Amino acid sequence: MLMYVVRRLLQAIPVFFGTTFLIYFMVFAMPGDPILALFGEKTPNPAVLEALREQYHLDQPFIVQYFLYMKDVFTGNFGTTFSGQDVGDVLARTFPVTLKLVIMAVVLEFLLAVIIGLISGLRQGKFFDNSSLVIALVLNSVPVFVALFLAQYFIGIKLGWAPPTVGANTTWAAMFLPALVIALTIYVTGMRLMRGSVIEARDADYVRTAQAKGLTSRRVVPVHIARNSLIPVITNTAASFGALIAGTTVTEGIFNIPGVGRTLYQAIILGEGPTVVTFVTILTVIYVIVNILVDLLYAVLDPRIRYV
Amino acid sequence: MTNPPSASTRRASEPLVSVRDLEVTFRTQGGDIHAVRGISFDIFPGETVAIVGESGSGKSTTATALIKLLPGSGRISAGQVLVEGRDITGLSDRQMASIRGGVIGYVPQDPMSNLNPVWSVGYQVREAIRANGVASGRKDIEARSIEVLKQAGLGDAERRTKQYPHQFSGGMRQRVLIGIGLGADPKLLIADEPTSALDVTVQKTILDHLASLTREKQAALLLITHDLGLAAERASKLIVMNQGRIVEAGPSLEILQNPQHPYTKRLIAAAPSLASRRIQSSTEVTFADADALGVDIAKLAARHDDDSAIADAEPAITVSDLTKVYSIRRGGFSSEPLTAVDNISFTIPRGTTLALVGESGSGKSTAAKMILGLEPPTSGEITVGGTRLTGVSRSQLFNLRSRMQPVFQDPYASLDPQRSIGAIIAEPLKVHKVGDNASRDARVVELLEQVALPSALAHRYPNELSGGQRQRVAVARALALKPEVVVLDEAVSALDVLVQAQILQLLADLQQELGLTYLFITHDLAVVRIVADSVAVMEAGKIVETGTTDEIFDNAQVAYTQRLLEAIPGAGIPLGA
Repeated sequence: MLMYVVRRLLQAIPVFFGTTFLIYFMVFAMPGDPILALFGEKTPNPAVLEALREQYHLDQPFIVQYFLYMKDVFTGNFGTTFSGQDVGDVLARTFPVTLKLVIMAVVLEFLLAVIIGLISGLRQGKFFDNSSLVIALVLNSVPVFVALFLAQYFIGIKLGWAPPTVGANTTWAAMFLPALVIALTIYVTGMRLMRGSVIEARDADYVRTAQAKGLTSRRVVPVHIARNSLIPVITNTAASFGALIAGTTVTEGIFNIPGVGRTLYQAIILGEGPTVVTFVTILTVIYVIVNILVDLLYAVLDPRIRYV
Repeated sequence: MTNPPSASTRRASEPLVSVRDLEVTFRTQGGDIHAVRGISFDIFPGETVAIVGESGSGKSTTATALIKLLPGSGRISAGQVLVEGRDITGLSDRQMASIRGGVIGYVPQDPMSNLNPVWSVGYQVREAIRANGVASGRKDIEARSIEVLKQAGLGDAERRTKQYPHQFSGGMRQRVLIGIGLGADPKLLIADEPTSALDVTVQKTILDHLASLTREKQAALLLITHDLGLAAERASKLIVMNQGRIVEAGPSLEILQNPQHPYTKRLIAAAPSLASRRIQSSTEVTFADADALGVDIAKLAARHDDDSAIADAEPAITVSDLTKVYSIRRGGFSSEPLTAVDNISFTIPRGTTLALVGESGSGKSTAAKMILGLEPPTSGEITVGGTRLTGVSRSQLFNLRSRMQPVFQDPYASLDPQRSIGAIIAEPLKVHKVGDNASRDARVVELLEQVALPSALAHRYPNELSGGQRQRVAVARALALKPEVVVLDEAVSALDVLVQAQILQLLADLQQELGLTYLFITHDLAVVRIVADSVAVMEAGKIVETGTTDEIFDNAQVAYTQRLLEAIPGAGIPLGA
């Protein structure tokens, strides 16, 4: 087990360098001069321009820039944004907000998937199953930004049940509505996975054995049907966790949440190399770690899987 | 072997279970299917009853109807099931829960799929004990679970309860299932093919255990089986089922030695036993006749000559000093070698059959894979028809493959469900670029004829065929490239006894007609008796004994072979015909 974890972490090293290099290259290859762009219409003093170029290593060749940047990263210096803020500070401020939003969305998604999937699977072909499929298809086919606008307008503004924008007030309650909307647009996959494995487990031989022992369905359903069906759903949910952290740009934009997604979006527009590279690198690391955790979770959920 | 208590002592009491005019119906898209059509029988306390029949006869459906755990859309559509005088057909699931486990225990058929893979073995046994209130309190339940597992023959139960099903062998899992079935001291234990997935020696141990346990606890036993020998040996009363009806019922020995119903007679005639002799080809018996009359193996076998011709023929396969060593990972970077096949040598003369016999894990299938060129040997040499198979290049091996073809055990898994029968049979021809489309089609028709299937089947799909028909297709596919050697890996083990007899007959005819050489891999010694010219017995990777079939069966020298022979169910019972 330990060997496996070590091996997976070692594998993450080339992933780390590969992504950062790729991102750095893409930022470098973007057209336009970010320093010139900072001055807008004004003509800058060439000496100031030169000083700024030097500060951001923009006068060096690409590959040197990359290694200078990596050196800074490993000494704990993530660089500064163009407005002079430390990128590390920006990350520390925005990351917890996004994490909160994503955790809430993932928990809601998981609960929806498991509960609706379990009932649908047990009542296959009945009213609940059919209507949950129709609802799921409707929710799944609405693009997430449309759903977010609709929720913002009707629930936030018309009904006033939840704050229509989040702003600086990043509490759990304030972010519940956007989290729920995200959950509703992505729970379908997990729900169908759960339903499918419940249907399979329901007819499994070991379920019949459990019933033949004299167990009632109050015990057979949670212990032998639901427990076995959770494995694919948990994997799916955990995998969506990584994707969600990276994919909250739209949600954070619409609900004005000061999180990673919105900051990253602005940095891309401004061409802030250090901010973009740092954020994407952190997201990559999180994605890799979440995936390792998912694989380890497999072994916990299914005793047949052992890593050596 | 058990000696059931005499009938008179039992009949004094009321029946424990009484089935009256039971009908079971499955609702399908094509209309209702009546799986059980009005059967009646009684089981008395302490009695052992066996229901015998082929797949589809309704025997397993009857068993699950007694505990109302019918699969899918099945339901009891008429009749009564009285358990201790109480009709259970109208009971709710909750009421049934109090009968299941406590009054009627159930040991299911397939030990591989009947334990929940995510819970420990001990947990699953404790569940059964707790549900029926046999013991209460953590300690008592724990102690009781270890006790039942020990009774079921799991020696080191204390250590084993924390392990998971995948860490157990099939035989051990079956013991766990028996432990679960007996966990709450039921008055009746239903055992549905409790040993058909197991090796004969393990089978014998498990059945002995079941018999002594039910005797100790004064429990009745209902055995569901396709194996007449096993039923006769273990049960005092036999119920023969065919197409949802009871065709014959009565004391076991009486039925076996003097069957009244034509179906029972066919079943007994087709059952291979130690008393049978080698099948000869039946050129004068056509397959239409064979299907109508049932293939009478005993009669065909009577025309058995002797084995004198064997020695003269040139060898089709020569295997010398064949060894296969796998390395098994032991965690971390260490691994240890496992010798699956250990220095075996044999030859098969052209046109004859060698049976490679052994239990699971004896290395017989690994040997077959190497001979088929699917697995490279670690050392040793294989020669097929004078050409060496070992140490040749990939492309040479590809060409050699057409000379030895396999037929595998499971006719359901070995045919691609997405392709038509014609495409399946023609595939080896395509792969080896034999002929064009038209000539391949002609060959498919010819092959279907050889295996006695109508040529119209070429456009059908595997799911439309019965198990026996599928296995004929698998044989036709193996013959497509006109191989010299056919490796039959448990090729008849999954088939019902009547179908099995037909396939064995087909194989014998084809051997005669085409001069084929068979390597027949099996764990079933009774089948060996009727198909093989010579036998090689494998144990733990080594060949421990070889000889002609008669030599081995009449005069086995090695203790292991003797044990295998003794373990064949019904070995000592003379069958009538």
